[in-house]
Amino acid sequence: MTTSTNLVYLISLPLFSAALLLLLGRIADKWGHIFATLVSASVFVIGVLEFFAMQGRDGEARAATQKIFEWISVGTFQVDASLLLDQLSICFVLLISGVGTLIHIYSIAYMSHDRDRRRFFAYLNLFIAAMLLLVLGDSYLNLYVGWEGVGLASYLLIGFWNQKPAYATAAKKAFIANRVGDLGLSLAIMIAFTQFGTVTFAGVKEGASGASAGALTAIGAMLLLAAAGKSAQFPLQSWLGDAMAGPTPVSALIHAATMVTAGVYLITRSNFIFDASPTAQLMVVIVGAITLLFGALIGTAKDDIKKALAASTMSQIGYMILATGLGPVGYAFAIMHLLTHGFFKAGMFLGAGSVMHGMNDEVNMRRYGAIGKVMPITAATFGLGYLAILGVPPFAGFYSKDKIIETAFNAGGIEGVLLGGATLLGAAITAFYMTRVIVLTFTGTKRWDENAHPHESPFLMWAPMAVLAIGSVTSGFLLSSGSALVNWLQPVVNEHNERHSEEFLPPLVVSTMALVVVAIGVAFAILKYRTVPVIAPLDVSLFTKAARKDLYQDSFNEAVLMRPGQKLTAVLVTTDYKVIDGLVRSVGWVIQTMSSALRSIQNGYVRSYALIMVLGVLALVTAIWMVTL
Amino acid sequence: MDIANYIYLSVLLFTIGAIGVVIRRNAIVVFMCIELMLNAANLAFVTFSRVHGNLSGQVASFFTMVVAACEVVVGLAIIVTIYRSRRSASVDDASLLKR
Amino acid sequence: MVNLALEVGKTLQPEAIMFWILAPLAVVSALGMLFVKKAVHSALLLAWVMITLAIFYIAQGALFLGIVQVIVYTGAVMMLFLFILMLVGVDSSDSLVENIRGQRIASIIAAIGLGGLIISLVNRATLGVETIGLQDANSAGNVQGIAEELFTKYVWAFEVVSALLITAALGAMVLAHSTATKSRTAQRDQSIARFRGASLATAAGLPGSGVYARHNAVDVPGLLPDGTPAPTSVSATLEARGDMLTTKPFELEVKEVEED
Repeated sequence: MTTSTNLVYLISLPLFSAALLLLLGRIADKWGHIFATLVSASVFVIGVLEFFAMQGRDGEARAATQKIFEWISVGTFQVDASLLLDQLSICFVLLISGVGTLIHIYSIAYMSHDRDRRRFFAYLNLFIAAMLLLVLGDSYLNLYVGWEGVGLASYLLIGFWNQKPAYATAAKKAFIANRVGDLGLSLAIMIAFTQFGTVTFAGVKEGASGASAGALTAIGAMLLLAAAGKSAQFPLQSWLGDAMAGPTPVSALIHAATMVTAGVYLITRSNFIFDASPTAQLMVVIVGAITLLFGALIGTAKDDIKKALAASTMSQIGYMILATGLGPVGYAFAIMHLLTHGFFKAGMFLGAGSVMHGMNDEVNMRRYGAIGKVMPITAATFGLGYLAILGVPPFAGFYSKDKIIETAFNAGGIEGVLLGGATLLGAAITAFYMTRVIVLTFTGTKRWDENAHPHESPFLMWAPMAVLAIGSVTSGFLLSSGSALVNWLQPVVNEHNERHSEEFLPPLVVSTMALVVVAIGVAFAILKYRTVPVIAPLDVSLFTKAARKDLYQDSFNEAVLMRPGQKLTAVLVTTDYKVIDGLVRSVGWVIQTMSSALRSIQNGYVRSYALIMVLGVLALVTAIWMVTL
Repeated sequence: MDIANYIYLSVLLFTIGAIGVVIRRNAIVVFMCIELMLNAANLAFVTFSRVHGNLSGQVASFFTMVVAACEVVVGLAIIVTIYRSRRSASVDDASLLKR
Repeated sequence: MVNLALEVGKTLQPEAIMFWILAPLAVVSALGMLFVKKAVHSALLLAWVMITLAIFYIAQGALFLGIVQVIVYTGAVMMLFLFILMLVGVDSSDSLVENIRGQRIASIIAAIGLGGLIISLVNRATLGVETIGLQDANSAGNVQGIAEELFTKYVWAFEVVSALLITAALGAMVLAHSTATKSRTAQRDQSIARFRGASLATAAGLPGSGVYARHNAVDVPGLLPDGTPAPTSVSATLEARGDMLTTKPFELEVKEVEED
């Protein structure tokens, strides 16, 4: 491990910038956005420099650490606030800062009409700082600080236009769903501490080899819960659709490229736990498989372009989670898909934002149509992203997604077939709904509103989209040529350099199968959406109805969690009022009643007072009599 | 017969006097019951003086008598005064301090 | 009652007889004092109790005290009680209806409790001395013995108590003094009233009896102050015999001169 002194700047610069922009207020309105973008760019530059420095080092010295200060030192519990930049973290650092900077540039133009633009950039920088802390922390506790930070930033950014109550509620929903996941992370940290006495990654890795299966499974399950919350996986996936209430750059950055990938990072970072606990791994693949199908199904019926892309994100992250559950060979592919997904999904979201910007913030795709003619650059970049997500060679998704499908099949036995089948089915449905989005938006006949005058977006908006499109095209090839990423990450995720066992099917066969199902999906979509009604038709199949209602996720949550929760609260309030307050009030009541009773002794008659005196003497005599017994 | 019998008699008379204070309504009768209590105490004094062979008990009894006399004088004067203005000698009439 | 703890000594048989006759009487009188309706009866019963106690004092060797009990307590204090009872309303009797709730029951409980407990306490007490008796103390005579105690050991208390007596007497005087409810008419007012009266004939007041008496014979009736004969001034026998002379000639007239 090399010691570095530069790592802290990765976090402190954007954090300082956020604080500055928030504290200065309106004064910074004129230059706040430029400043924030420059800060983000400088973080990227530092990241790139560190990357090259890392490449220059070898073996053990490749990773760099920096201790900032001693944080907690209580008895045997020691946690330092220190940072770890190793092969895994640098991928995330580059992704976050790179895509982040592009989105900063995009937002300068997108939010130019908003009077709170400076606050937006402050929050964006805050997010960058928190996410970097998440990926750079060297212990679960440091990671947790970043984890909470990104949750906060997400809440602030989703509810950015909180004048609309629905948006504020969406922010709350996201935060609460995240909180349930955070519970998992807290419990995992606590279990880790009781089992291993430490919460640093290195310490837990050491202790994992000697721990009991039960403890490892418990930690794994809790970490999975945390990942599910942050990455919108089943069962905590209901917040992602509503999170689209935030401005589009937010959706692109946080809910496509970075924050929602934090769960994948967590599981990958904890590979030593999951590799040691097959039960936990099984849970992971089940969650991943369910979510990838869940998201895909929802995506087929969404008319809101952002919600369709959000469902797509949910599904793609399901792929990544599935991959992380497939053992040491899967982690690298999950990270590869994460990186490529960052490019094409962020690109598509920015494209959607561009379309919305041109169509007066209309999100209903049924009111789009033939935009491709008016906004060619947007259509081109969006289209490249579309091809990437489909997995068409030689675009990015082909390399990453096919590897996941392959590894799923190679898991062996029934599990392999089921998982592989699920991924293929997912690919087909993905092809269907993504084609649907393209067809509804960019092709076909105009279904525009009267005052919609779509025009191409300004340079500051299409330039980042173009860069991301280039990434969508080339990143897959670059990352997988010569197994570059796999070899780069191997010291971190695959220490013993395991290779997957028996190949179930040759890679070529798998790729062909994938392309075939994709083609089927595309064709189906094109055929179905030759004509598009402007009002969504009501007599549709049960599937469509269910998919429109997000597969009843909200109804389920409400019936199972919300209403019982409300009843419980009501019961507790009543108990508090009647029982606890009642107890307190009854003390007063008892005293009042006793006083009333005692008052009646004062009837004003001298004789009764005399009687009381006599009774007092009687009491005295009784006491003496008792004492001398 | 045991000399203690005098003490028992004294106690008995004292108790009767105490109850009389509580039961009777005529102020003068109440006063008389108080006198009965004092007399009972005097009897006890005298008996113990005999037991100890010491005249201190009798002197105490003597003083008690003197003080009782003073008390009776002043008390009855008060009763007369109250009777003059209120025309009633019942202790139950002085009940203005009720709740 | 066997095995009485308060074994202070035995008395002689005569005293026992006297005790067992008089003590129940005293208790009954005390109870009677409690329960009779008329206050005067209560006073008398109390007086009897006090006399009984005086007898007990004398029996126990407290001669001076016994006599003082009779003279002062029974004679003075109880009589004072009776005077005041007469003043306040000898006819007044308490109604037997108790108007305070629970008073009767509570007092019965208090009575039984108090009496029973103290007697039981006394029962269990041990004095640890033998009765000495007052033979030695009374060797020079009871009065002398008391005087010796009173004027040497207790002289201070004695002086204080005498001050108390004086204060009590003064207090009684102050309390019993009543201011007149109407102011007495002064001489001047009376004089004016006379002259404004019905007739001036009585302005100077009526003449005293005997002022106009002209004869002091047995058979001549005397005159009352207003001039009319007093019928009772002549013996009824004379009147019955018809030997009484009429007073007509003797009645006073302002204008006529009366001829003999």
